[in-house]
Amino acid sequence: MQRVIELVRKEFRQLRRDRQMMPMMLVAPVIQLIVFAFAISTDIRNLPVAVCDMDRTASSRDLIRELTSSEYFRLIGRFDRHGDADRWLDEGRASVIIIVPRGFERDLKSGDTADLQVLLDGSDPNTATVAMSYLSRLIQSRSVRILSDRSIRSGRVAASSPSITAETRTWYNPTLASALFMVPGAMCVIIGMSATIATALAIVREREIGTMEQLIVTPLQSWELMLGKTLPYLAVGMVNMAAILIANALIFHVPVRGSLTLLLALGGVFLIASLYLGLLISTLSRTQQQAMLTAFFFLMPNFLLSGFMFPIANMPQVLQWATTLLPLRYFLVMVRGIFLKGSGFSEMTDQFWPLTIITVAIGVVAVSRFQKRLD
Amino acid sequence: MMPPAIACVDLVRRFGTFTAVDRITLQAHVGSVFGFLGPNGSGKSTTIRMLCGLLAPTSGQAIVDGIDVARDPESVKRRIGYMSQKFSLYEDLTVRENLEFYGGIYGIGRRGRRARIDETLERTDLTDNPDTLVRELSVGVRQRLALGGALLHRPRILFLDEPTSGVDPISRRRFWSLIHELTAEGATILVTTHYMDEAEQCDRIALIRSGKLVADGSPADLKRELMPWPILSIDCANPFEALDIIARTPGVRDAALYGVHIHAVVEDTAVADALRTALEASGHAVYRIEGVAATLEDVFVAAAEGDADA
Ligand SMILES: Nc1ncnc2c1ncn2[C@@H]1O[C@H](COP(=O)(O)OP(=O)(O)OP(=O)(O)O)[C@@H](O)[C@H]1O
Ligand SMILES: [Mg+2]
Repeated sequence: MQRVIELVRKEFRQLRRDRQMMPMMLVAPVIQLIVFAFAISTDIRNLPVAVCDMDRTASSRDLIRELTSSEYFRLIGRFDRHGDADRWLDEGRASVIIIVPRGFERDLKSGDTADLQVLLDGSDPNTATVAMSYLSRLIQSRSVRILSDRSIRSGRVAASSPSITAETRTWYNPTLASALFMVPGAMCVIIGMSATIATALAIVREREIGTMEQLIVTPLQSWELMLGKTLPYLAVGMVNMAAILIANALIFHVPVRGSLTLLLALGGVFLIASLYLGLLISTLSRTQQQAMLTAFFFLMPNFLLSGFMFPIANMPQVLQWATTLLPLRYFLVMVRGIFLKGSGFSEMTDQFWPLTIITVAIGVVAVSRFQKRLD
Repeated sequence: MMPPAIACVDLVRRFGTFTAVDRITLQAHVGSVFGFLGPNGSGKSTTIRMLCGLLAPTSGQAIVDGIDVARDPESVKRRIGYMSQKFSLYEDLTVRENLEFYGGIYGIGRRGRRARIDETLERTDLTDNPDTLVRELSVGVRQRLALGGALLHRPRILFLDEPTSGVDPISRRRFWSLIHELTAEGATILVTTHYMDEAEQCDRIALIRSGKLVADGSPADLKRELMPWPILSIDCANPFEALDIIARTPGVRDAALYGVHIHAVVEDTAVADALRTALEASGHAVYRIEGVAATLEDVFVAAAEGDADA
């Protein structure tokens, strides 16, 4: 154990002295959190809208004012001829076009159904869907029926996407509510990713610059070397997690409804899984560059399949099975549970045990591959 | 008789289909300096790595202090010190921090460690810069530190892989006086070098080429066995061009540049007259031709250039 302490002390000395690593490991997670929470936000804000008012009546002006005065949309221009709509969308100046046909007020007044045409730039289907749902809610509140000529453009989304009304409620966020969903998830992704990469690099770096050779000729045991190279990054990971929780409290205010202790304890387990993964990657790579690429190869599926960005329930069956191998999947559910629902440990055994088993499995593979040898 | 401190028996190491070390057998006796010589890429470092338990042999045996390295590498590691060819201490730690770290790894207790480090700094002439970051040190000082790291736990057997490459002559001399001090205390040292003056100081030398052992013995033995022919040292104008003419003169077995002179291995010292005539006929002024004793460099060049399957 004495030797492990020496290794840990040495590792921290080096970390403290490294002007690049230190900020990267402590500040980067917080910045990543902010980027994740804002950039992957599913909320829309200030979407550019162009309007073609062919009715030119008090009712049409009222409607347009109401639609464009919300924080979601921003009126950027008006045009007169219906045919110009194409240009506004093609040039990317507007993401949404609202066309009020002639006779709008007359129809409203006579009790007929008044029609309204909305065109959306569907090249970003997510934004288009969210915009559509915002608009329809605004319009519904005025009880106006829309002619759903939702010519969603650019061919990527089917012209008459039937999902639009179905998804309205899921996506609708009157406030910046996606932070609620993003912050816990982003925390999981960030601490896992940093721990895996930091461990893999720390080991491969020593091999690459040659210092590993000197370590190998000492009486240091494999397990001591392994512990000595992972424990420092467990500590760094816990500090990262704390930093993210503090940043959340200061910036996003997503409340932690459940137990903070439980959150940190589970974080420890998940970090161990991530460290083992880093160790495994280090046994597969000769250079730091290789280690980086291998790490991304392993971490990419985590982004896409863990349920961080897309709901697992919507994935094809085969992929759903694949996700059961990802530690992040379980950790994510538990963390969101603690954050949003205030879940306790007894409600998480379905997640906790698979996570533990997978952690042990990765550990066994990594440790058996981790040899105190040059070749 | 005492068993050898270091022994290889038919040691082989392949990388894929390439054989880096090809059935090397050698022995280094306790308390001796064993020199390991050979051209670049001949397999010296690979052999040392197998002796230190860093690489597994493909076949054959490496025995250090009576222990089979393949069978019990960890016991071997406690008994040896190793200085690798490439500097392998931490550049982002200071001299003292590096020694403290390795002292801890070798299990030297906190109390004893300080004294041991001071003693090592003293021995390796590092007392001037114990708190300098290694990154800022010159090559010579780094090499002394690397030696200090290998000595710290007082191993009885030391493997030094080109410890003096890039080190100035005065520091090299100090390095070697330390090596002799250590062997006087009973340590066994296996050292590789490309410097012939260093090779001369070894008790025994092994010469390898393309992974094969070419010769093995004391410097005097090697000179006698490998260089049975007399050598003429020729001092003339334009030695580069003259080399060709000399090599083609009958009675000359081999000729090589040796500083600004040419050393010609001849069948008989009488060839000197023929050489003088040939050189002067081709317009090269001859200042001096004299018989000299063979040096290790002559031996080394002759052995290194010999046919590969000799
Ligand atoms: N890990 C490896 N994989 C493949 N080939 C290797 C490996 N290590 C060494 N070699 C090859 O084995 C041969 C012997 O290398 P080695 O380093 O033992 O030579 P050396 O005698 O120490 O040379 P130098 O004087 O340049 O240090 C070289 O051709 C080298 O390219
Ligand atoms: Mg070498």
